[in-house]
Amino acid sequence: MLGSARVPGRLRALVPLSWPSLALVGLVGIPFLLLIRISLAPPDPNGLWSAGTSIAAYSGLMDRPFANALLYSFGLAILVAAMGVSLGFPLTFFITRMRRGWQVLWLIFLLATLTLSDVLIAFSWQVMLSKRIGLANLPVKLGLMEQAASLTPSFGAVLGNLIYLVLPFTVLTLYPTLSQLAPELIEAAKTLGASPVVAFRTVVLPLTKRAAAVSFLISAVLTLGAYVAPLVLGRPRNWTMAVLIGNAALAGHNVPRASAMSVCLLIAALILTGGTVWIARGRGRR
Amino acid sequence: MIARAARLSFLVILAAFLAAPLVIVTGVSFNHEARMNFPPEHLSVLWYGTFFADSGWRSAFGRSLGIAALASLVSVSIAFPIAYSTWAYGSRLARWLEAVARMAFLLPVIVLAIIYLVFWSWLGHPGRIENTILSHAVVFVSLPLTTIALGFRSVDPALIEAARTMGARDGDVLRRVLNPLLLPYVVAGMIFVFILSLNEYIIAYMVAGFEVETLPIKVFNSLRMGFQPSMCVGAVLFMVVGILCFSLVAAIGDLPKLLGGSAR
Repeated sequence: MLGSARVPGRLRALVPLSWPSLALVGLVGIPFLLLIRISLAPPDPNGLWSAGTSIAAYSGLMDRPFANALLYSFGLAILVAAMGVSLGFPLTFFITRMRRGWQVLWLIFLLATLTLSDVLIAFSWQVMLSKRIGLANLPVKLGLMEQAASLTPSFGAVLGNLIYLVLPFTVLTLYPTLSQLAPELIEAAKTLGASPVVAFRTVVLPLTKRAAAVSFLISAVLTLGAYVAPLVLGRPRNWTMAVLIGNAALAGHNVPRASAMSVCLLIAALILTGGTVWIARGRGRR
Repeated sequence: MIARAARLSFLVILAAFLAAPLVIVTGVSFNHEARMNFPPEHLSVLWYGTFFADSGWRSAFGRSLGIAALASLVSVSIAFPIAYSTWAYGSRLARWLEAVARMAFLLPVIVLAIIYLVFWSWLGHPGRIENTILSHAVVFVSLPLTTIALGFRSVDPALIEAARTMGARDGDVLRRVLNPLLLPYVVAGMIFVFILSLNEYIIAYMVAGFEVETLPIKVFNSLRMGFQPSMCVGAVLFMVVGILCFSLVAAIGDLPKLLGGSAR
């Protein structure tokens, strides 16, 4: 028996949970509340924050550039997640229809891309898009550019890099559901005269909608939090909230401001979550 | 026929897209000159020598491996009891804890970085290696929680029934029956945390970046100071570690099943 024989039944279930409770309350719950508290503290130019309460950090955010940055980050997250899922969904579908050996190979390959830090991925994109590497000559050959120039920093580089980062996560979240999707179901729909598009819409989509929503959400949140890619591959006007938050904390030494910005970003993430859940549910009723 | 060709070219293009950074970083690491030439002009392993001769790079590499290993152990120690209590007792507290763990994973990383910057400073404990380890352990706990819960779900109830009929108690069932069955799922969860912790930059930087320089932090710092091929060596080493880990999992377990796919 777990714990000791003297511990009554109900308590017995609680004993193994004491360490996880301590860890999660102490290291997630309390720090989370602390963030909200510090966002309401006055800044201290010589330290991190000072005692007392003030809404200075929030009122300092009531301007046009901040609203634009927040909207831009929000839009970028939706764009990246939508593109990530629309590439990741067919990719995962094809992988699940492959032979076992190929599936394992693809999965190891996708997991291997996770072993490169986003710092290194951003760096390799910088190399890949630099003037020295052949890729920059491609637009010249296609007549899109006068002469070879570095393709970074640019919005396209940030977008491409972020899609790269979310792609393995979309596959990993879609894989369980798509893998368990019985091929007979699609066959049956086709036998009954459904075109591939109709079969997809009426059979595949309703069964995989939940997984697709989770995959979209994880990609969007990953993008909202991405710091390195926009910083390294973008111009200042391509910087997302994540970069601005990092700058406020590291360069600006204004921790209350960084905290208040984080709270705003969290609200954006919550709206995104709510919206995704709402859309996923709404489609289910039809 | 056309559909097949379209599918094949889609897969080839995506594979090339995904492989490009891995190939470029590997290529640049074999350059002879200290330049980011690709493809490398004169092949050499010069920078591998430089990497291991430089105590700065070596210690950053070792430190990252140590942090990742400890974070994955702590993470599993939190995740396993939660998954067990949910499975064995349908505990409501366990479900609450799971929700907290999931929430931590669904926060934007930059927000987590600020949260832990504030938290460890508030405790008067900034710049310590424990901060990085514990922060990574709780941020990524959702992953072992997912794989271990998947493991519990895959256990055949008849096995547990049989063990109980033969007089096994909870502890015996856990030790003799569940542990061997769950081992691959636990290892898979640990490896996920290990890999993500190894590569995580912004949280590590915010909680202790000046004192505890991990490899991603060192790479980022040297990126700002100018290019050194040694950083690509570090990347290649991480890739090799990662691919070895995942291949090991695929060899001892059923990788598609561990990731939640259908059984063979």
